[in-house]
Amino acid sequence: MKPPPFSYHDPRTVADTVVLLGSLENAKLLAGGQSLMPMLNMRYVLPDNIIDLNRVDGLSYIREQNGALEIGAMTRQRDIEFSNAVRERCPIMHEAIRQVGHRQTRNRGTLGGSLCHLDPSAELVTLAAALDAKVSVAGRNGSRSIDFSTFPVAYMTPAIELDEMVTSATFPCWPRGHGYAFVEFARRHGDFAIVSAAVLIEEDRNGKVTRASVTLGGMGPAPVRASEVERALIGETIEEKRLREICETLRKLDAIDDIHAPTSYRQQLATVLPRRALLKAHERMVRGNGHE
Amino acid sequence: MSESRKIVVTVNGTRYEETVPVRVTLADFIRHQLGLTGTHLGCEHGVCGACTILLDGLSARSCLMLAVQADGHEILTVEGIAPNADTLHPLQEAFRDNHGLQCGFCTPGFLTTLIEFLRDNPNPTEEEVRIGISGNLCRCTGYQNIVIAALDAAKRLRGEGKLESRY
Repeated sequence: MKPPPFSYHDPRTVADTVVLLGSLENAKLLAGGQSLMPMLNMRYVLPDNIIDLNRVDGLSYIREQNGALEIGAMTRQRDIEFSNAVRERCPIMHEAIRQVGHRQTRNRGTLGGSLCHLDPSAELVTLAAALDAKVSVAGRNGSRSIDFSTFPVAYMTPAIELDEMVTSATFPCWPRGHGYAFVEFARRHGDFAIVSAAVLIEEDRNGKVTRASVTLGGMGPAPVRASEVERALIGETIEEKRLREICETLRKLDAIDDIHAPTSYRQQLATVLPRRALLKAHERMVRGNGHE
Repeated sequence: MSESRKIVVTVNGTRYEETVPVRVTLADFIRHQLGLTGTHLGCEHGVCGACTILLDGLSARSCLMLAVQADGHEILTVEGIAPNADTLHPLQEAFRDNHGLQCGFCTPGFLTTLIEFLRDNPNPTEEEVRIGISGNLCRCTGYQNIVIAALDAAKRLRGEGKLESRY
């Protein structure tokens, strides 16, 4: 018996959950448990109350509406992986989710759990930044929506209050035929990325980039949108030599230094991975219907 | 603070009604309370995969669930894989024939993981097998014979005979 003692609550509705969150001291929400359970087993966290979301109704769904995918917070990563809507409308999410952990962890792990845990290397966190996702949050005073760009406030700390919970996230879809790639460097398949790159592009009929989203994960406490690179890509034709020049500017980004890799190693990856991802994204555009 | 709850779970086809402290993991519940010690605990923080069970047919790490969360669900552990006490499952036979284990500690997790994997992908490539078992650690075999055993099991389960043994 490893976890510390706690009281266990398993509400059935979001409303009941929010009431519990607002009234219980030192409470933690338990979603898929793939991060919180290890932290409990190792007693990194000592909550007095665990509020289990697994029996709350209406938090597991993937809906396509208004050109975006809205995904419920308790949707399992497995369900995202096998969703046709995700594969068709947001193929980068399909590519990214297959790099999240392993089959056993994706069967349990959830979208909302990953976003709230906010590990700087988590694929879904990087993806949410790349797609300009909006996070829906419920609290006792109703619900609100948070732009993902302001969602991380500090290392592993989301911009939600103690009595609020994430109920869904909405990911705007790019037009059909866009180029995309989610590329990461990890020592073993399924590990957290040391650095990851999420890239989306659109090109005109002459092959010039008209829109670009370039995001790096694993560099600092939150994903980094490489806005200078995004601007520099507009009007360019994707080819390796020019990409080397453009992506070289990413070497000056701040990067953490930890047991997995020193700062300079991450900065090197920051110049390499977006280039690889952009080449892959471009290749996919050309192979698709991008130049019709 | 020793809060407990009554739960009903079906494990390997047997229904259990048990009272369990809320902080007990599913893995400890299976081992200590039900006495099914085939499920092994290596790391107890979701890295090694030794404690993998099937929850409603889907693989999960039983050290990363609370026993109370299994209330109303169906669990398959390594003890439930073989059709009966005298017959091994083709996956188990393939592990035996190909030396897919040495010390055997990680084996329950590999078997449960591969039950789901081969059900979803009956004709996998070697690369797919390696990704499929990437969430399970083995410190003895170097994985080579586990991969061979998995490919052999796939062949057997497809009814296409078996791989020629190298031993």
